[in-house]
Amino acid sequence: MNKTVNQKAWFLVLPVLILVAFSAVIPLMTVVNYSVQDTFGQNQFFWAGLEWFEEMLDSDRMWAALGRQLMFSGIILAIEVPLGIFVALNMPKSGFWSSFCLVLMSLPLLIPWNVVGTIWQIFGRVDIGLLGYTLDALGISYNYTQDTFAAWATIVVMDVWHWTSLVALLAFAGLKSIPDAYYQAAKIDQANRWAVFRFIELPKMAGVLMIAILLRFMDSFMIYTEPFVVTGGGPGNATTLLSIDLVKMALGQFDLGPAAAFSLMYFLVILLISFVFYTVMTTIDAKEG
Amino acid sequence: MALEFKSVSKVVNGETHIHPTDLTLEAGTMNVLLGPTSSGKTSLMRLMAGLDVPTAGQVFWEGTDVTGMRVQDRKVAMVYQQFINYPSMTVYDNIASPLRLMGKSKAEIDTAVKQAAALMQLEPMLDRKPLELSGGQQQRCALARALVKNAGLVLLDEPLANLDYKLREELRVEIPKIFEESGAVFVYATTEPEEALLLGGNTATMWEGRVTQFGLTPKVYRQPVDATTARVFSDPPMNFLDLTKKGEALTFGQGQTAPATGPLAELADGSYIAGFRPNHVEIAQPAAGAIMFDTRLSVTELTGSETFVHLDYAGRKWVGLIHGVHDLKLGSALPVYLDPRHIYIFSETGDLVAPASYALAA
Repeated sequence: MNKTVNQKAWFLVLPVLILVAFSAVIPLMTVVNYSVQDTFGQNQFFWAGLEWFEEMLDSDRMWAALGRQLMFSGIILAIEVPLGIFVALNMPKSGFWSSFCLVLMSLPLLIPWNVVGTIWQIFGRVDIGLLGYTLDALGISYNYTQDTFAAWATIVVMDVWHWTSLVALLAFAGLKSIPDAYYQAAKIDQANRWAVFRFIELPKMAGVLMIAILLRFMDSFMIYTEPFVVTGGGPGNATTLLSIDLVKMALGQFDLGPAAAFSLMYFLVILLISFVFYTVMTTIDAKEG
Repeated sequence: MALEFKSVSKVVNGETHIHPTDLTLEAGTMNVLLGPTSSGKTSLMRLMAGLDVPTAGQVFWEGTDVTGMRVQDRKVAMVYQQFINYPSMTVYDNIASPLRLMGKSKAEIDTAVKQAAALMQLEPMLDRKPLELSGGQQQRCALARALVKNAGLVLLDEPLANLDYKLREELRVEIPKIFEESGAVFVYATTEPEEALLLGGNTATMWEGRVTQFGLTPKVYRQPVDATTARVFSDPPMNFLDLTKKGEALTFGQGQTAPATGPLAELADGSYIAGFRPNHVEIAQPAAGAIMFDTRLSVTELTGSETFVHLDYAGRKWVGLIHGVHDLKLGSALPVYLDPRHIYIFSETGDLVAPASYALAA
């Protein structure tokens, strides 16, 4: 096929290029700039090369935060994806109750992140929070400011509460797109509920589930506001996830160089995992159809 | 084997999908359900399969009442207009799936799958996933799955509607042969009169949730019991015009008169609706005794060797199918001829009074 060469097309994308340059590329370059220099204030910079990157790679602090971060993302994905699918499977398919459920499910998604944090921060307090008070009254020791397990449980449950809806809504959209004839065919073939899920619903949902997992992974990997509001990264460093650690480093200690190097590596890790994940999932998707 | 409906009806949310229907479908012959979209073909098939329970009436299978028996407990196979296969399984596993659910042995399954695959020409594709196949192959896979089940009742719901022309021709010839050998009761739904005629066997014409007529396909075509059946079983639909007979004189439409000749002479006095098929319209060389109608030409469509002419006559819209390509001027007057032997006479309520005499002779 002969394609018409038309260089004028570049002019049409130019506005977008300029916009992206200002919104993404130039700020990113600033970070790159910081990451290879050292500064002691007064706008004086000294060349540092890859020193900050080496320092960060040797830093136990960053590896620990990365470990916590991976654990957090792993846990919430392991809960939210199956739970979201389960909710979607049990939602009414049409009619008033279907719309009602959809609105109900969307509500947590509409609440600003810091408000979600505040809600759970108060909800979990032993003195005035409904959850904390009830657990305490039942004799269960629960204090997310002092107990590591309680702190983790709180931020995990909070994230599940906030985001399972997204997975459920996407899975529901996937389910709705399956023609009724598939279910009839399965019925006629005498397939049981599990077989219908395994051989019809799951393969047909694979595409949207991939998007759901990707979105939830990236979002949870970058999570900052909610756990920061609830636990502030504590007790100790128990819930100091990557972005909380980064902010502590950059703004708390004003270590701009290491923080910039950290940021870049953080960015690359997300990019890399997302890319690997996407590639693997699309291959599976192509195979499964 | 036979499937029998005794005044079966289906009402969903106060809306009647199927009016009380009596129907007996025998094995060993093709049973065609013919009707336009949403005339109730699929609803009727769902009742036959047991996917839906009738609101009233009974369904008998080989003389046993199976009303309300779940589809899982019957031996039914169904193929749809969409190509329905399990997306994550290979073609082999797709065809094998109903047999595995039946708990057949590995060797039995293998033999049956290979045999069905051979019949459907799927042998080279057994290791592929359905989405890697062409539309025709996907539908063959679905057909093979229906075939291996060895079901007593095989329902095909417009199975060829989504295939291209050439594949349809091929499969239309193959499908009846393959399934008729299995000795199953065989039901085939289609929207196309031509397909019903090509398939032969018996045809049930459907209109707005009713079976308007059921019988041998050629007979239903030649002697439709009412105007609705005639309209359903004609593509383009049958043309109609008002007709009054008084003594020896016929009055058509808005006042055109003609002497009553041929079969029309035997008609009792009264008002009727006359019907004729598009292919009986002539624009030249009229047969002896043909009646001329002054129509106005509104649209022409060329199909290569034939021309569709859309005509206005006395407030009615007609379609004529004329052999050959003609250079006709749109909007101009066009006299067309009709042999009285090709005219069906219906009462004003649409019931057949007299079939066209050519149809009786054939």
